[in-house]
This record gives sequence, structure tokens and C-alpha cells, in this order.
Amino acid sequence: MLNRYPLWKYLLILIVLLVGIIYALPNLYPADPAVQISSTANGSALDQERLDRLTQALADEGIDVKKSELDGNSALIRLEEADQQIAARDTLDERLGDAYTVALNLADATPDWLAGLSAAPMKLGLDLQGGVHFLLQVDMDAAVQQRLEANASAVRDILRDERIRYRDTEIGDRTITFQFANEDDRNEARGLIADQFPDFDYANEEGDSGAALTMTFTEQAVQALQDYAINQNLTTIRNRVNELGVSEPLVQRQGPSRIVVELPGVQDTAAAKRIVGATANLEFRLEARSDTPDREIETLSFRNDEDRSAELMRDVIVTGDHVSSASRSFDQNNRPQVNINLDGTGGSMMSRATRSNIGRNMAVVFIEHKTRTRTVMEDGEEVEKREAYTERGIISLATIQSALSNRFRITGLDSSSEAADLALLLRSGSLAAPIYFAQERTIGPSLGAQNINQGILSVELGLLLVVLFMLARYKAFGIVANISLGLNLVLLVAAMSMLGATLTLPGIAGIVLTLGMAVDANVLIFERIREEIKAKMPAQQAIHAGFERAFTSIVDANITTLLVAVILFSIGTGPVKGFAVTLSLGILTSMFTAILVSRALINLTIGGRPLKKIWI
Amino acid sequence: MRQLDFMGKRRIAFAVSVLLAVIAIGALAFKGLNLGLDFTGGTLVEVRYEQAPALDELRSQLGDEGFEDAQVQTFGTSNDILVRLQQTFDNDVGQRVVGILDSDANPVDLVRAEFVGAQVGDQLRDQSGMGMLLALAVVMVYVAFRFQYKFALGALISLGHDVLIILGIFALFGLDFDLTVLAAILAVIGYSLNDTIIVYDRIRENIRKSQIDDMAQIFNESINQTLARTMATSGTTLLVLLALFFLGGDMIHNFSIALILGVVAGTFSSVYVAAALLLAIKLQRKDLIRPKKENDEEEELP
Repeated sequence: MLNRYPLWKYLLILIVLLVGIIYALPNLYPADPAVQISSTANGSALDQERLDRLTQALADEGIDVKKSELDGNSALIRLEEADQQIAARDTLDERLGDAYTVALNLADATPDWLAGLSAAPMKLGLDLQGGVHFLLQVDMDAAVQQRLEANASAVRDILRDERIRYRDTEIGDRTITFQFANEDDRNEARGLIADQFPDFDYANEEGDSGAALTMTFTEQAVQALQDYAINQNLTTIRNRVNELGVSEPLVQRQGPSRIVVELPGVQDTAAAKRIVGATANLEFRLEARSDTPDREIETLSFRNDEDRSAELMRDVIVTGDHVSSASRSFDQNNRPQVNINLDGTGGSMMSRATRSNIGRNMAVVFIEHKTRTRTVMEDGEEVEKREAYTERGIISLATIQSALSNRFRITGLDSSSEAADLALLLRSGSLAAPIYFAQERTIGPSLGAQNINQGILSVELGLLLVVLFMLARYKAFGIVANISLGLNLVLLVAAMSMLGATLTLPGIAGIVLTLGMAVDANVLIFERIREEIKAKMPAQQAIHAGFERAFTSIVDANITTLLVAVILFSIGTGPVKGFAVTLSLGILTSMFTAILVSRALINLTIGGRPLKKIWI
Repeated sequence: MRQLDFMGKRRIAFAVSVLLAVIAIGALAFKGLNLGLDFTGGTLVEVRYEQAPALDELRSQLGDEGFEDAQVQTFGTSNDILVRLQQTFDNDVGQRVVGILDSDANPVDLVRAEFVGAQVGDQLRDQSGMGMLLALAVVMVYVAFRFQYKFALGALISLGHDVLIILGIFALFGLDFDLTVLAAILAVIGYSLNDTIIVYDRIRENIRKSQIDDMAQIFNESINQTLARTMATSGTTLLVLLALFFLGGDMIHNFSIALILGVVAGTFSSVYVAAALLLAIKLQRKDLIRPKKENDEEEELP
């Protein structure tokens, strides 16, 4: 019989719709604004009593607490009003002090039975939630330079140990060149180091006076270094972002040399940038002796006193990379200091160096890799040039009284916040390559809220207009199309929630656009049915023919839009990606609802019955 | 239903299209696109005042502090101020701008601050151009595969026509062309093609079915048969776009403008440009009637 579906088809559609409704449901429960308290140091635990006192303190400040939950060493306090979030954090911060991190958060309000099915609401993009977005560029050239310098220093050590005399070292783009007095020294040196530094290609060069050896960093080694640098930077930035206590941060690689960082809810961008982008590190070096050859000496000035300087050895005993933990504290005069623990290797390097140098001075050097941009005229055009430079300054110079081990402290920092920052940076690890900010977006919370409201309003109005239009044009069949359209919206929301896609403002626009275009398939089918009826085909056959004949057109038309959406997804970033995702998902769900669901509705109501006339 | 003679008026339509295209090319060549921050790089700060400030005063305030190249304009309401800086970015420029503009008498809130490095902007511009070309190419290959190369040519030119008109109007009125507008243009490519394919589908069907050799008549019939559908879909799409335009907020204003233009141009071009082009490049029945065996396969496709 015409226009009847077998039972299993109805059941299948029903199941898909049910699943869709369940997974779309969590979006009806908006997340609560909340503050999250977690302890940073060991031993400072939270208990119920303390939490009660904290909520009482909030109530005294006139902040409405919805609910507070204790979970092991952390607590979540849900608030009624989003604009009291910052006041609540400040109040708690004041009372809890350094041992705890208090962070703004958005707490899921999904009911337990839905959460049990691992249903969760859509994530909101930064443009809907407020926060900051950074695009960081990893400076690969600088990473290569740093590696070359480290290798040059290691080679110098070997040559010195073997008493091979060299005149000069020069570091180029990807090369290190050593000048030797004669060929014999050069050949001996080459024999020694070629095995130990396999990442280089070696070449002999004959100069006017003496002989030179050029080591060129191989292409594979550069590649490996770049991979290492970006992965190391990702880890480090993740560590740092976690220390900032942001809920649901995103740290992700983009392309060969970029990192995206998104921090929802963060308002203090200056602090976030200082921590994320900081490239500070420490070096421990011995002061030069009077008989140290010039080429091994570097003169550095003090950080807090430009006029004072000291002559230091070029070679570094230990760098901040060997720090296993660091914390800020104050000495008896209430000056800030940083307590440092070195890891095993670092500890033994430090004790070996200090044991044999008791009585000499050791300097702690603060290093910062920075970039500056200058605008220069090039071929009559203004071009931005970015150059990396390194700032080194001595923060302390003290006599080695006895052999140092893996635990010690450093003083000489300007302020307690500088000490805290330095401790954080040493803890989270240093960046393997300098980074700079290639893009930054800050979206205030008010704009986010406004975007959501306007977005929802336009979805509602758009839906209403389409529904009225379809009713006016297709009467009874319009009802069918409208039910399909509503279900399409539910399925689209469910699909986005299940895939963990992020909803952005262009994404909402994509939903609105999908609503307008989704009825297209129904329009095609219904117009076809009308035509067939005009051509005097009996009603049931007309319905059947309408669905059958419109099918190819629908598929052709949708596939091309889908292709374009995929291209958009691959070139777009952030919000525009969100648009591409909603558009593609919308196409898929609309094909399902317009073809299968509306057919099922028609079959169920009027299918298989003798019909004189249909109301279309 | 009364048949409208679309093909009979195709010369007028061609003239209109060519005129629009010439204006668009002229606008693009002489005024150029007003590229947004996404593509040029630079800094943008949006702040909200409690009371509407005087723009000249803000300009001089910023100029005094070293931001001579600052462009100041209102954004949406007269309390919302958008400041654009072309200069290179240094840390915390957003905070500094807010600091300069903020006063006790008329406090400001930072709504958003964006900074895009010049290099990122350049790269995105290249990528976007490539993306648009790729989208057109992929679509053309698909149409050539599903229909025939003459159809692909028609579709391509009609899509190019739509994109050109949107770009031209954006250049002519100096509207901001940012990443969301690019997204809208790609969506228009998808949408307009959708329209074109529906018409082509019907043309193919009618050519195969009918016995007459007058292509113009077949085209007219096909367009008339699909006209109700074209109008209904364009209608619903325009309705939701108007909702988006009026209620969606300032950040997607240009996005909705681009889509509205695209839907209008796309509807027009699918009727006139795409179909009329098939006449111009002399589509014949034998282009579509293939050897019997292949034809059977075609019918079996879902």
C-alpha cells in the first residue's frame, strides 16, 4: 500500500528523536555562576565548618549563595547572581590567603539523571561567555639560536678539557664556526666532537690564518627541535594556566608554530598575559677570575642597579630548567625570597661546581626573552620587523660559603609579587622557545550576555516567522513541516551537545540560517506534490511521487552546501568555525527531519487511506 | 498557472547583471574593500560610556597620549565607542586606552579589546582568498560530475556574479569586511548553488522528457515550475535573516547584510544568469542524452 512505513521505521525515527530530546535537555538548565576554591599547598585542607564560615562571610557581604559543595580538598560555591561573582572571589581571597586559589567558574546545573547519561549542555564560546583569547606565535628561529648557543658552550667545554686551543666561535643562522690556529688542531677537534654531536653536518674551511670548522644544524634536527619546542611550550603553558585557576581553559596547538589559549571568564588580561607569556628563567654562574680569558667572560649589570656590573663566566652551572619546586617566602627582615629545590641532575651539577669553588662569588642571573617590533621602511613601504632579544640581569651575587646541594634560596628580588611570579614560572617550567602574542581578543562579560540574549531572541523570532509562513502557504502540510522544523532544532542542539561543539555568536547565526533553509526540503516536496495534483494524479500517488522526485534535488543541493561548510571549517578560526559546524550539522539534521520525519508524520496520519482531496 | 516569459527578457536581465558587475568591479578597484581587523592586523578597543561622549574630545584625548592614528567611532548606540589603532601592539594597550578615556564624570567599561598581528592578518587574507576559490572549484567539479560541464560553467559564473555583487556593495558603501562576512559569502555560495541546482535539475528532467527542441521554452517551463519553490525558500530564508539583522546585535550586522544581499542576488542569478547562460553556451539535448546503458545507471541513483 502507498505511503505506509513498516513499524520498524517508525520505531527507529522515534528512538532517534527520543535520544535527541534527552541530549538537548541539559541546555534548558543554564550553568550557575560559581567560585571554586582549591588548596595550593599541602596540608591546608578545607572542611565543612570552614566552608560554612566562608558562606556566612559571603552572606554578610550581601552576596546570595545558592549552594555550596565540598569535594575533597576543593569547594564549589554557587551564586545566584553573575555580577556578584567578582565580589565573592575578592571576599574569599582576602579570607583564605596564599594557600588557596579562588577562581571564577561556571558550574553545570544539569540534573543528576541527565548527567548520569553523560548528557551535558553545549559549551559557550568566548564571545558568549566573556574571557580572553590569545594566539601565541612560537619564535622558532630563537629556539634554534638558543640550542646553538647551548651546543657551542658544550663544545667549548670539551675542547678546554682536551686542551685543544681555539681562537673564536661564531654563531650564524644555523651554524657554529670555530676558528683554530692550525689544521691539526681543527682535525683533532673534529674527530672529538663529530661523534658527540650527531645533529650537525661538519665542513672544513680554510681561512687566511689558521683553519675553521663549521657545524651546520641538520634539517631533521631543526624539525625535531621545533616539534620539541612547541610541545614543551604547550605543556608549560598548560601548567601555568592551571595555576591561574581558570575553569575549562583551552590550550591547543594551531598549525606548525602557533598556540591558542582561551581563558573563559578571565577579566584581568594583564595578569593573564604576564603569566602565560612570561619567558623568565634563571641561570647560576660563577664570577670570572682575574686570569679568565676574555672570550669566556660576559659582563652583566645588576637588575635593580644599572650602574653596577660584574664579570661573569660565560658558562652556566645550572639553569632554572632543573628546578623541581619553588615557592615564595620572606626572610627575617620581611624581604621576599624564593625557595628553590633542584632536581637530581641539577643538584649534583650544583654541588660539583660549588665544592671546588668555595670562596668564589656565584651570581644568580635573571633572563627574559623578549621581542620588540619596529616599523622600518623597506622598498618604500612600512614593514613591521620583529626582533627577539634577551635581557639578562644579575639579581644577586654572593660568596659561596660551602658546597650547595639541591635546596637553597635566592634573594634580591624587587617585590613580593615578583617573587611570587618567579616562583610560579620556575614551578611550571620554562618555555623551550620564546613566544609572542600574535592575536588577542578580550570580551567583556556584559557583551557575552548581550550576545546570548540577542541570539536567542533572533532564533525565536526567526522560528516564529518561518512557522507562520509555512502554515499560511501549506495549511495542513505546513503543520507537518513545522513539527519537523521544531524537531530539527532539537536534533541540532542535541548533536552539538553530544559532539561537545562550542556555540558561538556566528554559530547562533548559523542556527537561524539553518531554520530558514531547513524548510527548503519540505518546500521542494510539497511544491512537487501540488504539481502532481494539478496534473490530476490521485492524492496518495501525488504524495508518493512528490517525496520520490524531490529526493535527488534535495541531496544534490545539500551536498554542495555541506562541501562549502567543510572548506569554511578548515580556513575559519574560533567563532567562524562555530558557524561552519552548526551549518553542516544543520544540513544533516534537516535532511533527516524533512525527509524521514515529515514523511512518517504524513504516513501516520493520512497514509494508506483513500483520499479525495488533500489540504495543501 | 500563467507562464512568465523569463527567457524572453533575458537580454534585459543580462544588461542589469553586467551593469551591476561593472559597478562592483569599479567599486572594488577604486574604493577597495574596507578590510576588518581580522585581515589587516591592528588593535581595536570597544568601550561603553555611561553617557554619550563627544567624539572629537576623545580623539584629542587619545592624540595627546600618543595615539595619533586612532580612529574613533560609535558602534551601535552613541554610548558605545569603537577605537581602532593601526600601530603595532604592545602589552596592555587595551587597558591604556581605557585608562585614557576613563574619567570620574563619565566612567567607561571595557566591552572588548582585540589585537591581530600583521602577519596573522596577511596569512588569513591569503587563506581566505584560497578558501573562496577552492569552494568555487569544488562546487564546479561536483556540478560537472552530477550534470555536465556546461552546467558547471553556468553555475560557476552565476556564483561568481553573486560573490562579486556582495563584494562590490561592501566596497561601495565602505562596510567592514571581516571574517564573519567571509563566512557569510561562503554560505551564500552554498545557498545560491542550492537554488541553481534545483533549477538545473528541473531543466535536465524536462529536456529528457520533452520532445520539443526549443531550449528557451523548456527553460521557461522549468523556471516557472520551480518558481514557487524558489520564492518560498528565499522567502523563509529572508525572513530569518531579517530577524537576525534587526535583533542579532552589532557584531553580526554585516554578516546578515552579506547574507541578505547574497540571497537576493542568488535568487536572481539562479533564474537569469545560471539558466540564461546555458542558452548562451548552446546547451543541446545531446549534451544530456547519453548512451542507453549509462542512462539506466543514472536513474538508479538514489
